[in-house]
Amino acid sequence: MFFTLRLILRNALRHRLRTALTVLGMVVAVLAFGLLRTFVDAWYSGANAAAANRIVSRNAVSLTFSLPMSYRERIRAVPGVKQVSWANWFGGVYKEPKNFFAQFAIDPRTYLEVYPELLLTEDERANFFRDRKSCIVGEKLARRFGWQVGDTITLRGAIYSGDWDFVIRGIYRGATQSTDESTMFFHYDYLNETLQRRSKRWGNQVGVFIAEVEQADNVAQVALDIDAQFRNSAAETLTETERAFQLSFVAMSEAIIQAIRLVSYVVVVIIMAVMANTMAMTVRERTSEYATLKALGFRPLYVAGLILGESLLIALAGGALGIVLTQPAARALGASLGNFLPGLVVSHETLGLQWIAAALVGLVAALAPMRRASRLRIVEALRAYA
Amino acid sequence: MARVPLMYSLRNLWTRRLTTLLTAGGMALVVFVYAAVRMLDAGLKETLVDTGSVDNAVVIRKGSGTEIQSIVSREQAATVESLPQVAMGPGASPLISKETVVLIALTKRGVDKPTNVVIRGVGPFGMQLRPQVHLVAGRMFRPGSAEVIAAANVADRFQGVGLGQPVRFGGRDWTIVGLFDAGNTAFDSELWGDVDQLMQAFRRGAFSSLVFRLTTRDDFEAAHTRLDEDPRLGLEAKRERQFYADQSEALSKFINILGVTLSAIFSIGAVIGAMITMYSAVATRTAEIGTLRALGFRRANVMLAFLAESLFLALLGGVVGLALASGMQWVSLTTTNFQTFAELAFSFRLTPGIVGETLAFSLAMGLIGGFLPAVRAGRLKIVEALREG
Repeated sequence: MFFTLRLILRNALRHRLRTALTVLGMVVAVLAFGLLRTFVDAWYSGANAAAANRIVSRNAVSLTFSLPMSYRERIRAVPGVKQVSWANWFGGVYKEPKNFFAQFAIDPRTYLEVYPELLLTEDERANFFRDRKSCIVGEKLARRFGWQVGDTITLRGAIYSGDWDFVIRGIYRGATQSTDESTMFFHYDYLNETLQRRSKRWGNQVGVFIAEVEQADNVAQVALDIDAQFRNSAAETLTETERAFQLSFVAMSEAIIQAIRLVSYVVVVIIMAVMANTMAMTVRERTSEYATLKALGFRPLYVAGLILGESLLIALAGGALGIVLTQPAARALGASLGNFLPGLVVSHETLGLQWIAAALVGLVAALAPMRRASRLRIVEALRAYA
Repeated sequence: MARVPLMYSLRNLWTRRLTTLLTAGGMALVVFVYAAVRMLDAGLKETLVDTGSVDNAVVIRKGSGTEIQSIVSREQAATVESLPQVAMGPGASPLISKETVVLIALTKRGVDKPTNVVIRGVGPFGMQLRPQVHLVAGRMFRPGSAEVIAAANVADRFQGVGLGQPVRFGGRDWTIVGLFDAGNTAFDSELWGDVDQLMQAFRRGAFSSLVFRLTTRDDFEAAHTRLDEDPRLGLEAKRERQFYADQSEALSKFINILGVTLSAIFSIGAVIGAMITMYSAVATRTAEIGTLRALGFRRANVMLAFLAESLFLALLGGVVGLALASGMQWVSLTTTNFQTFAELAFSFRLTPGIVGETLAFSLAMGLIGGFLPAVRAGRLKIVEALREG
C-alpha cells in the first residue's frame, strides 16, 4: 500500500512544471466556484435572515405604493398579531449616487422589538429614542464611511426632495452572521412631520407594515386575515411571510443569478477539460511504462488505480489550496462589494461542494486514460516503444 | 532560409486531435462567457438607448433620475408646455405628452412571483412622439375610458394579459383593447393607458414626466438652459436618448464588472490549459525540433512555428466560442433594472466590435499560454535534442 502511494506521488512529481500548472488551474477553478456560490448565497441572505414569525404587508398594487397609517391599529386588532411596526423606504443619496445604502424610516420602539436581532447598547438605544432627528447605522456601514456616534450625516432625498440631516446615535450589530449590518434607520415621525408640512396628501403614509405573529405556525392564516380586512378598500394589502417578501426581491434579478449559478459550473467544466488533457498526455507518454508494469504481472486494475490516484492527488491538492483561499478571498470581496451584498459568508455547503467538485474533476479526468491504460496490449505497446 | 510552413503547425493540431479538442474546448467556453457578457451589455444599451428618439426631450424633477421618483405638477407642466422649443402639432397644439408612470405587480407565466411592470399614462400625442411604437392587434384605447394597450411582449410573458382580457389595478378593472410592438425598446415592457384615467385611479395629483418634440434638434440646449435657470421650477430636461441611456448605467456597470471578473478568472484556467498542451507538444517533439534545427531552420523560426500552433489553437477556440455565443441572439432575457425598479426585457446582441474584441481576447490567451513553451522549443540545442529522440 505504502509502495503504491509513493509510486503515485513520484509519478505526480515527475513533470513538476505541468503538475504545478495543473494544480494552479485547480486552485483558480475551485476558488472561483466557491466565490460564485458565496455570491449567489449572499443574494438570498435577506431571505435566510428572515424570521418565521414575521409577516410583511404592502400595497397590493406594488411596493412603490404606500399604505395609510391608519391600517396599523386594524392590523394589530387581527387575532394572533403580537406587535406591529412599520418602515418606509427613504432612498436618499449620501454625497454621490454610488454611495448607495438602504435607509428606512421606522418607528424606533416597535421596530426594535420586532427585530430583536438589531443589537444596541442601552445608552445608544435610549439616545436614539430621545432624539427625533437621530439615526442608527449598521456596523459595516459605519466602517465603510468612517462614521462615529455623534456624527451628523446629510442625505439628499431622491423620493422626498431636499437635504435631510441626521445625527448618528448608535451603531448596531447583528445578532447573527446573516443579519444585515449595512442599513440606516431613522425616526418615521421626522419624515412624516416634514412631509405633512409640505403637503397634506403626503403625510401618514407607510411603505410596509411588519407584524410579529404570536405563533409561527399561524402566519399563513394571520396573513390571510389581514388581507381580508382591507379587501375592496382604496389600498388593498398583500401580506406574506418576511421570507417570501425578501425572495420577491431576489426573483427580480433571477435571470442574472441563474446565469452566475450556471457559470460557476462552467468553470468546473473548463478545468475538467484542462485536467483531462493533462492526464491524457501523461498516460500517452508513459505507455511503455504501463506496459512494463503489466508485463511484470500487475493487474490492469492496479495500473488504472495508479492513474486515478495521480489524478485525484493533483485535483485534491489544488482543491484544498483553493478551499483554503476561499475564506480570505470572500472577505476581501466583501470589503469592496459589501455595499450591495451584505452577507458574503462562505457556507459549509459551499465548502462541501468545493471538495466534491475537486474530487469529481480528478475522477472524470482519469476516466479515459484509465480505460486506455488498462486495455493496453503489452506486446504492441512495448514494440511501439522499441 | 525559408520559414517553417504554417501547415506544419496546423497538421500538428490535427495529429493530436483529442488534446486539441480539449484545449480548444476549454478556451471556447471561456470565449463563450466573455462574448455572452459583452453581447448582453450591448443588447441592454441598444434596448435603452434606442428607446429614446433624437428629436424628443424628457423633463423630470431635478435629481430624480427616473420617472418613478419624479413629480411634475400641473403648473410646472404648463410652463414647460409654453416653451418656444416645443414643436407644434396638428391644430396648433404643442407636441407634448404629459405622462404618469406607475409600477404594478403582475405575475409571470409559469412562476408564482409577481414582477413590477410599468404602466404608463400617456397624453393624446404619446403615440405620435414614439414612432417606433405601433399597434399589432386590436385598437388604440379610447381617451376617458378604462382601456389600456399592452406590449405584445408583456402579453406573452404575463398571466392574464391578453387582447380583450381584464387587468385589475388601482381598484378598477381595465380592459386590454390593443397590443403594440415597440421594436425591442424599453416600451416593449410596458402597458399604456390614458393619463387622466390613471391619475384618477391612483389618486395622483401630479405627472411623472413630460416628453416633447423639439422644434429642431439643436434647440435642446436652449430648452435645457431655460428650465435650469428657473430655480422655482426645479425641473431638468434631458435628451430622450440620453435619458434612457442613463437608466442602463447601474445594470450595465454590474454586468460588466461581473463579466470582466469571470473572464479574468476563466482565462487563467484556459491559459494554463494552453500552456500545458504546448509544453507537452514541445516535450514529445524534441527530436523533431532537433531535426528542424539540423535542417537549418533558425531558433526564431522554430519558436514562431510553436507560437503559431498555440495561436491556431486559440483561434479555433475563439471561433467555436463565438459560434456558440451567436446562438444566444435568439435568447431574450428579462431582469429588473435596479434604477427603475421595473422589469426590462432585452436580448443578446452580437456586433462586429464584439466579434473583433472576442477574437483578440482568445488570441491573447493563445499568445500568453504559448509564449514560454515556444521559447523553450527555440532554445533546445541541436545535438541534445537529436540525442533525446
